Amino acid sequence: MSVLLQHPGYADERLRLVTERLPCREAQARTMLALMGEPEQYSYPSIFIYGHRATGKSYVTQTLLKELELPHVVVSCVECVSAGLLFEQVLMTFFGSSSSASLPRSPSFSDFVRLYRQLCTQLPANQTRYIVLDKAELLRDMDANFLPGFLRLQELVDDNVTVIFLSEIVWDKFRPNTGCFEPLLLHFPNYSKVELQEILAQDCHPSYSPELYSSYINILLGVFYSVCRDLRELRHLAALNFVKFCEPLENGEAKEKDTHKLWRNIEPHLKRAMQTVYLREVSSVQWEQQQQTEERETADMRVLSAHDHVELPFYSKFLLIAAYLASYNPARTDRRFFLKHHGKIKKTNFLKKHEKTSNHLLGPKPFPLDRLLAIFYSVVDSRVAPTASVFSQDKRLLFSGGASISLPVVLSEPVSTQCLGSPTPDPQRTLPYLSALQRAHQVKVNPCEM
Amino acid sequence: MTTTSVSKPSAKVKKRNLNTEDYFTNGSEDCENSKERFRLCQDMLDKMKSETELVQDELNKMILDSLLEFIRKSATSFLSREDDWASHMRASEIPTAALVLGVNVNDHDMTFQSLSDQLQQSVTPFVVSVQAKECTVVRHLLQKVLQRLMGMSVSMDEDEEEGSTDVPQKRVHCSLRALCDWYKTVSKKPSGISPGKKRSSSEMEFPARPPIILIFKDLEAFSPRVLQDLILICSQYTQELPLLFIFGIATSPSTIQRMLSHSVTSLLCIKLFQSSSCTQHLATVIDKLVLTSQFLFKPSGKVLQVLVGLFLYHDFSVCNFIKGFKLSMLEHFHSQPLSVLCCKKEDALARAERLSHQEVERVRQLPSFMRYVEEQEPQEQVELLTNDEHVKEVCQKLLKSLRKYHKNYFPILRCLHELTASLPKYPLGKQIRELHVTCLERKVWETEEYETALQLLRLLAKDELVSVLHKCIEILKPGKTKKIREALRQLQDFTAKFQQLDDSSAVEINAEGGEGDTACGHSLQKKTDLFHLQKTLLQMKESRRTKKRSPFELLRNQAVEYIDSLVRMHLTPPESQPLHEVCYYTSSGTLRRHLNATPRTSIQTALSHPYYYLQNKALRSEAGAISSAAPDICIAYKLHLECGRLINLYDWLEAYTTVVSAAESDSPDPSEKGKVDEVRHARFIRAVSELEFLGFVKSTKQKTDHVARLTWGGC
Repeated sequence: MSVLLQHPGYADERLRLVTERLPCREAQARTMLALMGEPEQYSYPSIFIYGHRATGKSYVTQTLLKELELPHVVVSCVECVSAGLLFEQVLMTFFGSSSSASLPRSPSFSDFVRLYRQLCTQLPANQTRYIVLDKAELLRDMDANFLPGFLRLQELVDDNVTVIFLSEIVWDKFRPNTGCFEPLLLHFPNYSKVELQEILAQDCHPSYSPELYSSYINILLGVFYSVCRDLRELRHLAALNFVKFCEPLENGEAKEKDTHKLWRNIEPHLKRAMQTVYLREVSSVQWEQQQQTEERETADMRVLSAHDHVELPFYSKFLLIAAYLASYNPARTDRRFFLKHHGKIKKTNFLKKHEKTSNHLLGPKPFPLDRLLAIFYSVVDSRVAPTASVFSQDKRLLFSGGASISLPVVLSEPVSTQCLGSPTPDPQRTLPYLSALQRAHQVKVNPCEM
Repeated sequence: MTTTSVSKPSAKVKKRNLNTEDYFTNGSEDCENSKERFRLCQDMLDKMKSETELVQDELNKMILDSLLEFIRKSATSFLSREDDWASHMRASEIPTAALVLGVNVNDHDMTFQSLSDQLQQSVTPFVVSVQAKECTVVRHLLQKVLQRLMGMSVSMDEDEEEGSTDVPQKRVHCSLRALCDWYKTVSKKPSGISPGKKRSSSEMEFPARPPIILIFKDLEAFSPRVLQDLILICSQYTQELPLLFIFGIATSPSTIQRMLSHSVTSLLCIKLFQSSSCTQHLATVIDKLVLTSQFLFKPSGKVLQVLVGLFLYHDFSVCNFIKGFKLSMLEHFHSQPLSVLCCKKEDALARAERLSHQEVERVRQLPSFMRYVEEQEPQEQVELLTNDEHVKEVCQKLLKSLRKYHKNYFPILRCLHELTASLPKYPLGKQIRELHVTCLERKVWETEEYETALQLLRLLAKDELVSVLHKCIEILKPGKTKKIREALRQLQDFTAKFQQLDDSSAVEINAEGGEGDTACGHSLQKKTDLFHLQKTLLQMKESRRTKKRSPFELLRNQAVEYIDSLVRMHLTPPESQPLHEVCYYTSSGTLRRHLNATPRTSIQTALSHPYYYLQNKALRSEAGAISSAAPDICIAYKLHLECGRLINLYDWLEAYTTVVSAAESDSPDPSEKGKVDEVRHARFIRAVSELEFLGFVKSTKQKTDHVARLTWGGC
């Protein structure tokens, strides 16, 4: 086993507990302890911890803070849809539930700092306070002064406080243009295969021996390690397939020692799991059902990625085709493709201009609405009356079709003017239509222009 | 069509009873019986509504049942989560039902409504549905969810809308933390009822921790970012909150994977549910509403084609189909005064007895009645044209026969469809509605397709024919009229005979057939050169043609003949029935104008022929000429039609003033004529900007004093 963590500020008993609960992360834990120092001492103002998904960033931080009983607050930035939520959570944890009441309705960072200073004169910290910001990459999308502000919060509020940032992204991507206080960087490397084995083997099933479970984990890693190193996902898969692994034992066909037999039993099963459960094409509940009922009859289980046939109304089909043509063909070829008597085209000229790169590699292009309709009218065989239903169908097309049937129709920025130019001069129809476009594609359309 | 017709749909929308009736009676031609017609129409609408709801429920039942099952199961799994090793180990996933509903987005609301109703009744009081357009950012989405769940106003940090700031109310942040706290207090109480819900707990028993169900009505329209964030947030609370998602998907289930990254889908435990197709739904609805003698109102072939065309070409929406059907019914009762007779048998007969003189005149003017009169003896003709009482009697008789016609028509139609639906290439159409339309339009037995269908029927193998005949018998069984009974007996006879044939002469036929075959085989083997081969083949062909038919073939022909006679007797088009105008709505043009409007054409009509809408005598003008009395925008529009791609604004203004001043020619000073004064200038500018608003012209950067035309041709 690993060496015990040791630090003068904390009781040995607690540190031993922490060591036990943090397998394979002793080095990181030790560094953090060293940074934190004794509870009363000031710590470094901001620590930035990064590492891949499921490498124990949050777990290590939270375990340390919790087990050592330090004052701390953990805030997930995804959850903080507004800045107020973040501030409120911090203030409430440190200064009691009534503290955030005096926060203004849409607080700025300086409001937060002011209030914090006020409150901490009443309740000064006798131990370092820790603010843990999980998924810190989202801080970048908030107000520009949030990240720099939190980085030097200790200095701003004049209190013994340390901010810990947790992120999957390296610090270089955070650094604002204007410069800021540089935090201490701490990297959590990925677990190695041996470490994964050790960690996974710890949560063994109560009714089986640890050796058996450990050998099971060994087999599991042999199959999955090449595609997935995410601890969380592996744990999930281990739990899902363990029942199947134990089946021969339950039936009395094999003993715990017959590893080869057990391996032969589980291996094809795991391979199948890799193709479906791991990709989440089959949900875990379905997978379990599949295990219970024998495999044969569940072949018709509907898979998520199954490409099924989408039936569309007649005109919708053609609108979709027209949208596809308009987004991938250059506009100058329209004449050639959709007109009966288009005149001669100088072949050499035409070919020379034509770049060798496929239009599909360049992706779909924006196109004006009237071009779409013009192509639509020429693509449909019969005469189509320009009725309201056809126009309103564009809306539905963009709602359900265009946005999702592998056809990213992009409409250009000056949609509003082009829409006016289109042969649909009916503002009552076009206005909701435009708002639908806006919804689907975040096109900036100003209704006032209509 | 006058503008009065425009008000009718709106009359339907407004459910205020008195007003609707007023609308209805206002526009219709005959006041005294319009009230009666209105009542009839409303009765029928109500009946139809309950009928369609029944159909809807039946169709949804299967998918909803399995969905409810899934939700119940995952709800119980929330309770038993803690103790199990496997579930402790497993990453906590949010149970999610992906409901694939098809592209007919208009119909989804109904499905979701009944889904959430059923959920609230049997599983949990906490059901929230959200739409994409309400939630463009996560904050709004969370706010909506919390608002609907907790039934109280949740304040936001930046509150844009409500002026509730002055109310000293405890602020609740719209975070899931708040929801958690709320849920704890609610589920602690045994009643487990939120303040927002009206249901009392005594009615139903919910499990100890009822799940919170979030319904995303239109998954495709949500921004992936919002959805991902929400799922990430929710996944952090799976231990405390039993959350459940339902995704409404319009296209294909792979949308989920396209929208959400793997790390997010791994937080969900998705199960797929597929609803029945909309075409099937339509078939059921048509079956229940159109192909039945229960509803007396009938759309004509053209009307049905318009409705079905709208469905197939435009939206696949059954709701819209039903709306269109209701509209045609409303139109029928509104525009046809004789539709008073379109009601239950006894009522109709009694009403026919009470026909007023005016109404009798109307009956006489019906084309079908006129045709009927022409077929009668001269004596009878005179009687019909002069004696009102006699007409009433005849009317009763004719109404009875019309009713009988319908009672015979639909069973036979179904039989014919059953017989022809399995034939190769579907000569009479795959769906019964196609066959129905053909029968309504013309005499079906005169069509080529019918010929080929019968020929194919004559070639049917015995087991197929017998099974189809059995199906027909099943269809005819509930029939009550004499003719149907008769047909039923005949068909039963036929099947019995086929059965006998099977028992008695099976051996015989086999022997015969075998003989012939072997004889031919022998002769073929002997002669091998080409000439002889040809000759024998010819001989064989000849012999086959003249060969005596087997008893089965004879019987088969008889059966087909009989079916043909049934079709000729009962599937006559309704136009041949006197008084069919009472039940059939034929004006497909009106319907198309209402349901499938052409905004562009109507704008152009309004601009080029203002008389069409304004109905002002002064505006009536011959084609091409520009009337100076027309509204400014019409004049400007007509002038602009004569220009090329770029229009010089000053020239346009000059032309405009010339035309306008022609109207005011009585002005004292001739030099004033054609002069641009300020008022005219302003009027012109307004007209041009109106045209720009309508999308006919736009300003161009090529020349500052020009505008560009945006439409082609026209002059």
